[in-house]
Amino acid sequence: MKKFLSPILAALIALLAIFTTGCMGKTDDMNNDTQTIYYLNFKPEIAEAWEEIAKVYKDQKGVELKIVTAASGTYEQTLKSEMAKTEAPTIFQINGPKGFVNWKDYCKDLKDSELYKILSDKSLAVTSNGGVYGIPYVVEGYGIIYNSQIMDKYFSLDGKKVSINSTEEINSFDTLKAVVEDMTRLKGELGIEGVFGATSLQTGEDWRWHTHLANIPLYYEFTDKNIDLAGDDTKKIDLKYAENFKNVFDLYINNSTTDKKLLGSKSVADSMAEFALGKCAMIQNGNWAWSQINKVSGNTVKQENIKFLPIYTGTSSDATQGLCIGTENFLCINKNVDETKQKLSEDFLYWLFSSSDGKKFVTEKLDFIAPFDTFEEDEVPGDPLAKEVIRWMKKDNVTTIPWNFTVFPSQNFKESFGSALLSYAQGKHDFETLKNNVISAWEKESK
Amino acid sequence: MHSSLKKHFFIFLLPTLIAFTVFFIVPFVLGVYLSFTEFTTVSNAQFVGFQNYIDAFTGDSTFLNALWFTVKFAVVSIITVNLFAFLLALALSKGLKGTNLFRAVFFMPNLIGGIVLGYIWQVIINGILLPYGVDLTFNANYGFWGLVVLTNWQMIGYMMIIYIAGINNISPQLIEAAKIDGATPFQILRKITLPLTMPSFTICTFLTLTNSFKLFDQNLALTAGAPGRETSMLALDIYNTFYGRIGYEGVGQAKGVVFFLLVAVLALLQVYLTRSKEVEA
Repeated sequence: MKKFLSPILAALIALLAIFTTGCMGKTDDMNNDTQTIYYLNFKPEIAEAWEEIAKVYKDQKGVELKIVTAASGTYEQTLKSEMAKTEAPTIFQINGPKGFVNWKDYCKDLKDSELYKILSDKSLAVTSNGGVYGIPYVVEGYGIIYNSQIMDKYFSLDGKKVSINSTEEINSFDTLKAVVEDMTRLKGELGIEGVFGATSLQTGEDWRWHTHLANIPLYYEFTDKNIDLAGDDTKKIDLKYAENFKNVFDLYINNSTTDKKLLGSKSVADSMAEFALGKCAMIQNGNWAWSQINKVSGNTVKQENIKFLPIYTGTSSDATQGLCIGTENFLCINKNVDETKQKLSEDFLYWLFSSSDGKKFVTEKLDFIAPFDTFEEDEVPGDPLAKEVIRWMKKDNVTTIPWNFTVFPSQNFKESFGSALLSYAQGKHDFETLKNNVISAWEKESK
Repeated sequence: MHSSLKKHFFIFLLPTLIAFTVFFIVPFVLGVYLSFTEFTTVSNAQFVGFQNYIDAFTGDSTFLNALWFTVKFAVVSIITVNLFAFLLALALSKGLKGTNLFRAVFFMPNLIGGIVLGYIWQVIINGILLPYGVDLTFNANYGFWGLVVLTNWQMIGYMMIIYIAGINNISPQLIEAAKIDGATPFQILRKITLPLTMPSFTICTFLTLTNSFKLFDQNLALTAGAPGRETSMLALDIYNTFYGRIGYEGVGQAKGVVFFLLVAVLALLQVYLTRSKEVEA
């Protein structure tokens, strides 16, 4: 037995040696290949479209584009580990000024890049000390999505108590509240389980409230105080418009498909499914939700019946308030990779957002409303929610609310906000406690 | 043959040694080093001394909360897992009909991944709580007992197998002799079975202790710390610190080192204590 053992072991070692050197040889090859660029993708829902783009780009320009997609909610983790590799991403994204602070050692100044030149609204970019470090590549909007079929049915009911006759006439929080509460009363006749889909408050699924909804009161607060968002004045808030937040949040949780005490185990997908199946009439979300609604099997909502309504909170500006439109997706180029690769990455991005082939991908496959000059009026995505966002952007006398939540201090702040919201919904503490928790968490995390 | 093995043993050791160095020693040393620095990725670290350790304990109360929660959890689950596993092992080493089937069934949950188990139990527990109009996130106690039940369900089978092996190793002659001497079944259990299965106890308590402290997947999938951070255990807290806050990577790393020291000391202490109780037949 022993006689055979040592040759076998020796053979194993030899195999192992071949295997390791084989691996090393392979990585060496890849390092030398300067014709490869690497994009770390943030949006899993369009990962396949990116793969297609990579293929076409390779055919046209001969440059290998490597696409890696981070699983939902794990972009920062993935980026951290990918960046530490020899073959680091050449193109990555940050979520705004806060993300820039974290990645400033990696972001290249794009002030002179072609991509920055075609950016239609230069104020959207992430800048610092005169340099441009992040360029937005998609504009998104959110508000209250409603199913106009159910709304029309409600307005045609004899028993309705409100005087208005269509959803378009809702232009303030009071009207919205009256309609919603009346609809809750009549939910049996309307065939819905609640007016709003579940207010998902499961950990990690609560961003629609602690980030998106909270953006509105904070936008008004920052505007009132005339705060420079890039400066240090954002380190303290006093939630002047907390009452407005409470208005909407209470409306959501009191007229929902789900009992308030059970919201802690609901996810975004749950509530989007409720909307897609016609179990609720309204839901707060953004235009990215279209793919989610569309994919639910047994979907009963027709494409032409999906519309947007601004989130009215009961401020004096309600009548002129529009959707919340902005971006938290900024492209950056990694300045620590090879110069040629940096150049190739810039070229690729310029190609994507300016050549006709590239633009076609952007509007048809990626479904982006791209904020670049190179896109003509009719080069926009075809999905109903994106169209609605564009319709609201173009409306006269309507003020679009920007995405100021990019200055929210940290993920930790958002999570503690989310859990405070859950406790409030479960009735464990009152709104005043919630408000104080949020204010102190903001200050603590802003240090 | 022997002498040549002695001469060449190092070569045979080398592959394992390389793997161990690359995948364990190097990351470990790097990890300890990083806990003294501020960094975004492992390649741009700046030395900051003990600041991270100070922040870990004083920054906010999440770490100490998680520590306390983990200790409570570990104590409860070590007792319950070992108790139930041992009772099952006793029952299934008596030669009952269908013993093999039962052993397989009890062992099975151990083969399911932690994340899947977490979600399954989340659904089950929420289903149980639904008639009362609340869910798992309502009270930290629900999460705590949920985790205990889940861990028991998962680990009992594994520990049971180890205990069965221990029990089967006891020589039947000893038991027969005791019976002839007029020992009651309880006396046999106390004076023969228990002392002779002490080595199994050492292994099982070691495994349950370290597993309870290191528990992560189940915690993440079942409660993810909800409500608030009240049910997050040490590993989850470290993960959240590392990834959830900008500039806190070093603090997360420092917590990780503290965590390592804690588990190492406890495990060594436990092994020393239970070892001293082991006897030879």
